Amino acid sequence: MSATFLGMPGNFPKNSQKAVQDSQLRYNLRKATHTIRGKRASVVGELPDWAELRAAGKAIKDHTLRNLDRYLVQLERAVQDAGGTVHWARDAAEANRIVTALVKATGEREVVKVKSMATQEIELNQALAAEGITAYETDLAELIVQLGDDFPSHILVPAIHRNRSEIREIFLEKMPKTPEGLTDDPPALAEAARLHLRERFLRSKVAISGANFMVAETGTLVVLESEGNGRMCLTLPETLISVVGIEKLLPAWRDLEVFLQLLPRSSTGERMNPYTSMWTGAVEGQDFHLVLLDNGRTGVLADEVGRQALRCIRCSACLNVCPVYERAGGHAYGSVYPGPIGAILTPQLRGMGSELDASLPYASSLCGACYDVCPVAIDIPEVLVDLRAKAPHAAAEKAGMKVAGWILDDHRRLAAAQRIAAKVRGLVPKKRLPGPMSAWTDTRDVPEIPEESFRDWWERNERA
Amino acid sequence: MRVALFITCVNDTLFPGTGKAVVSLLRRLGCEVDFPAAQTCCGQMHVNTGYRAEGVRLARHFTEVFAGYDAVVAPSGSCAAMVREQYPKLARPGSKGAAAIAEVAPRVHELSEFLIDVLKVEDVGAYFPHRVTYHPTCHSLRGLRLGDRPARLLRNVRGLELVPLPGAEECCGFGGTFAVKNPAVSAAMGADKTRNIMDTGAEVLCAADNSCLMHIGGTLSRQKTGVRTMHLAEILASTEESQ
Repeated sequence: MSATFLGMPGNFPKNSQKAVQDSQLRYNLRKATHTIRGKRASVVGELPDWAELRAAGKAIKDHTLRNLDRYLVQLERAVQDAGGTVHWARDAAEANRIVTALVKATGEREVVKVKSMATQEIELNQALAAEGITAYETDLAELIVQLGDDFPSHILVPAIHRNRSEIREIFLEKMPKTPEGLTDDPPALAEAARLHLRERFLRSKVAISGANFMVAETGTLVVLESEGNGRMCLTLPETLISVVGIEKLLPAWRDLEVFLQLLPRSSTGERMNPYTSMWTGAVEGQDFHLVLLDNGRTGVLADEVGRQALRCIRCSACLNVCPVYERAGGHAYGSVYPGPIGAILTPQLRGMGSELDASLPYASSLCGACYDVCPVAIDIPEVLVDLRAKAPHAAAEKAGMKVAGWILDDHRRLAAAQRIAAKVRGLVPKKRLPGPMSAWTDTRDVPEIPEESFRDWWERNERA
Repeated sequence: MRVALFITCVNDTLFPGTGKAVVSLLRRLGCEVDFPAAQTCCGQMHVNTGYRAEGVRLARHFTEVFAGYDAVVAPSGSCAAMVREQYPKLARPGSKGAAAIAEVAPRVHELSEFLIDVLKVEDVGAYFPHRVTYHPTCHSLRGLRLGDRPARLLRNVRGLELVPLPGAEECCGFGGTFAVKNPAVSAAMGADKTRNIMDTGAEVLCAADNSCLMHIGGTLSRQKTGVRTMHLAEILASTEESQ
């Protein structure tokens, strides 16, 4: 059973310090993010209308969010008309209760899962386990994380922090019936997982999925994936339960045209994803349940600046291009949503009551690379800055910023401060500053304070 | 042309040489320059650290100081981006503040923008016989979209050999207060940037932002690399006589 993020201690600076010192982790992350980054850039570059597609994606999502109440009711009716059952869940506890009851009603003790961020967000696997039900992840990377009793560290590639020899060790130790002579050759690892999973698919009567998109007009759910495990989970079991965030909605079937281009290119750097599964209501005698999850989303929707985070289609392009994510790794964010999108989504969904959540809006240098690659144009730096204005600040920092503000409010005060700095310039150490500024001098020299500020030079030369 | 200089608080206090270089460069190109003495800071540090009220006060002060000038030149991509990109988000739409920002912000230019877009010069008559590499800085690159403007100016400097910087578009890790709030990640980013700079074999690292140069330069100096940092204005102000 994979570990849980709830109540994770620490804060982003502390968590990331550990990651930065782990050279194997840094190598793994750098290699993986740079590979996907390059692939994404080249396939996005192929489309002459990428900017228009991006604008269309943003516009469709904004329109949907503005009319979410209406489209959700339309979706509910369409799913019901097609023989499915719709459940509404205000929060994680309610969603977990609904899903657990549905599984229990089948009499099964095992379920297979299609990779889903929503079920990770609500810690569904843990809730099922508490009721004696075992959930098996079938996405290869999720399987690695689950077997390794580990946390996912990336939205798309949850085991991005692991290399192939580590994966081999995990399989040999934790995966039943793994051949003893297993090498760390990727095809061999994939084949071992495939044999293991095939048995599970054929045995399982209940499957749990998320969805990349829901179409209000038709009641259709859409899952994009690369390995075919999703297709097996969605079609073989007798009961299918999908847990989906309310923001995953699109108004009409034709809107998919935009997102089926935006998503694969942004996430895996592919022109088209290998498997696209779509289903409407209950098909072929299968019992279908849709659990619509709020869990803080309505609150995010109410925030004028922050609501754009709900446009996110979980492509993870922002993670792959983020210099902070690349060094800090996904675990430092203490949430199933790491990287730039996690830094704005997590504190909005969970609030900033914990030390960790309050540190997330600062987990960025505001370099803007995330905004540039986002296929639905979420201005992540804008939301980060807005959240920082709402975050709690330490008393010492508040005092320091107040003093700095007071000095900068008036040019005479600034000039006086500059003259004092020039007077003590010989006393300022290059290599060891006191207090919080020691964070600067741990790795960097302090610039020399000049004898005379620009304004004093100008005054002396120009006004005289 | 008469231009107002926005020297920025960091340059004013720690890098006055950059301001002096801007003055001599613009005068050489025939501009009349003015330094409105009441100027202080654009407020970026306060806004970006979450102290919006202080930042808004500084922004209001900025719009008052620079109201009425045809052109304002700032030797900082970051501060120019603050005024042009972030100021409009600070004021309520339709308010007096929003009107003041809409009036002033479009007249604020980063130095290379001013030279190429307004003065229409690419050859500023500079001489600097050294191997130089250029770090584009995030706010110049993705905020202002300066593109190849700085490179076009540097390529016209006599004697200068411009060498490409691997991973140029990646953030150096300064990020304002990010450098002290997340020191481990900031240092790791700085170390990678430094390694890329060393790989070019350049003697000088050039950029249009002294704050980024302060962070990278502090790292280069701590590692005793011998590579100097120089603001774009200082290279463009150099002439055969000044060498």
